[in-house]
Amino acid sequence: MKRCSDSPRQRVYARPTQLLRKLSGIFLTYTALIYRALAFRVLAAVIALLLTSQAPATEAPAIERQQQLSYLLKHDCGSCHGMTLKGGLGPSLLSAPLKSKGHNIDSLSLIIRHGRPGTAMPPWGPILADEDIRWIAARLLESN
Amino acid sequence: MNRRAFLKSTLATAVVASAQGCSSLAGPSDKAEFWLPTGDLGIVIERADGRVALVNTSSQEKLAEIDGLGDLSHASAVFSRNERYAYIFGRDGGLTKIDLITRAIDRRVVQSGNSIGGAISQDGKLVAVSNYEPGGVRIFNSDTLELVLDLPAIGKNGKASKTVGLVDAPGKRFVFSLFDAGEIWLVDFSSAEPQISRFEDIGIQPYDALITPDGRYYIAGLFGEDGLALLDLWHPELGVRHILPNYGRGEQRLPVYKMPHLEGWAIAGNKAFIPAVGRHEVLVVDINNWTEIDRIAVHSQPVFVMASPDGRQVWVNFAFPENRHLQVIDSDNHQHIKHLQPGEGVLHMEFTPRGEAVWVSVRNNNEVQVFDTQNFKKLASLAIDSPSGIFFTARAHRIGL
Repeated sequence: MKRCSDSPRQRVYARPTQLLRKLSGIFLTYTALIYRALAFRVLAAVIALLLTSQAPATEAPAIERQQQLSYLLKHDCGSCHGMTLKGGLGPSLLSAPLKSKGHNIDSLSLIIRHGRPGTAMPPWGPILADEDIRWIAARLLESN
Repeated sequence: MNRRAFLKSTLATAVVASAQGCSSLAGPSDKAEFWLPTGDLGIVIERADGRVALVNTSSQEKLAEIDGLGDLSHASAVFSRNERYAYIFGRDGGLTKIDLITRAIDRRVVQSGNSIGGAISQDGKLVAVSNYEPGGVRIFNSDTLELVLDLPAIGKNGKASKTVGLVDAPGKRFVFSLFDAGEIWLVDFSSAEPQISRFEDIGIQPYDALITPDGRYYIAGLFGEDGLALLDLWHPELGVRHILPNYGRGEQRLPVYKMPHLEGWAIAGNKAFIPAVGRHEVLVVDINNWTEIDRIAVHSQPVFVMASPDGRQVWVNFAFPENRHLQVIDSDNHQHIKHLQPGEGVLHMEFTPRGEAVWVSVRNNNEVQVFDTQNFKKLASLAIDSPSGIFFTARAHRIGL
């Protein structure tokens, strides 16, 4: 236990500056910016769509599908967010922290559908139907 | 604890030993339970129930279940060098020391809010745990599980970082990566005071790492960019360099529904077989010069890419939603040898110590299947609930595992 309080000696190896590396860094940042700008434009369009069109009430998935989605939420979302959804590589998905960040069904559905560029959160739109996504979002907000 | 099975196997062991005229086992009779050998034992994480199954790789059966390990949704294990104890690292920050002989928990501490994995030191005296929340590494006495060193991973950006890819290295060192800060840290316990070496700007979002079986090279996979970061532990003064930069050729990568894993098993002879992030490919790297020599098209996005102990076969499993598949590749000519579909949720594979069989976790079927690595016939199926990681005691004597 005695070592706990002492801070160990440190040696820092800074990365040698390389022109190529710098240039590729700048290029990467530039592409990232373009992607980000694009993402924001898509986001804005989607939000506008949501606001203007009265989205038809999506039907809840069948019971059997709900069970599949619960399994997916626990095990596959859980592989990053923790099986109890308390967080892991990804943030906590418990309802209290989600609500404190101001999330609602629409905002969560948006993230689930499109992912979060720049993070490890992938878009689930290619795999899940809209009603699946909204059902998961609603469940996250109401559970626990 | 299944007392009857335990006594039976203890007795069987004793009978076999005496039949062979082994005198070294003669000792106080009240210590009879300690005769049970552990060299062919292993554990399987039952991820949904906070439990591990104790298995025997010779008899291919489940011996017991040990309960009360907390959230094991992402769990891994290392073994003491006498192969008696397993240290299980759970998602909820729990570090549990299990006695494989008495089949019970020896000690347990909840050392953080959220952890991802761990390692045991070269001399077996220290156990290190890699944490997400709060980010950093904590190092414990392997006997008592008392805290020896608390190391918050504050990166160059001044923020605590999630830590990943923690391994042991020769020279009583631990190596790990900082996911958020993009750094590699080396902790050296060879002298009285631990010394830390930090390598900054090693790449964007290292997600996991491996150390080669000889303990020389530490390789971190990068999620935020194509390529891997390589540190030569014989020459840390040379710093970290990038290998396989731009392996994605600038193409848009596919959505990643499960992070790939890196483990020392990826090395077969002079080649490393590495899962490509967001691509249906396994990258083959010449470890003499760390350049790409081939890329093998596979069924979907690889998660674990594991070479058999003799290095001849490479087994690959896949990310959701293609995780019912398992492919076997010849490490010599890079051709596909076999395509298996054991069931939904193939999460992990583990070879027996010399590789005549491989054990496969099939989560959704609640079973572990055992395959012959020569003819790919199923040798056994064990009923184990939501199995994920499989860890055999032979890992005790492998660097980085």
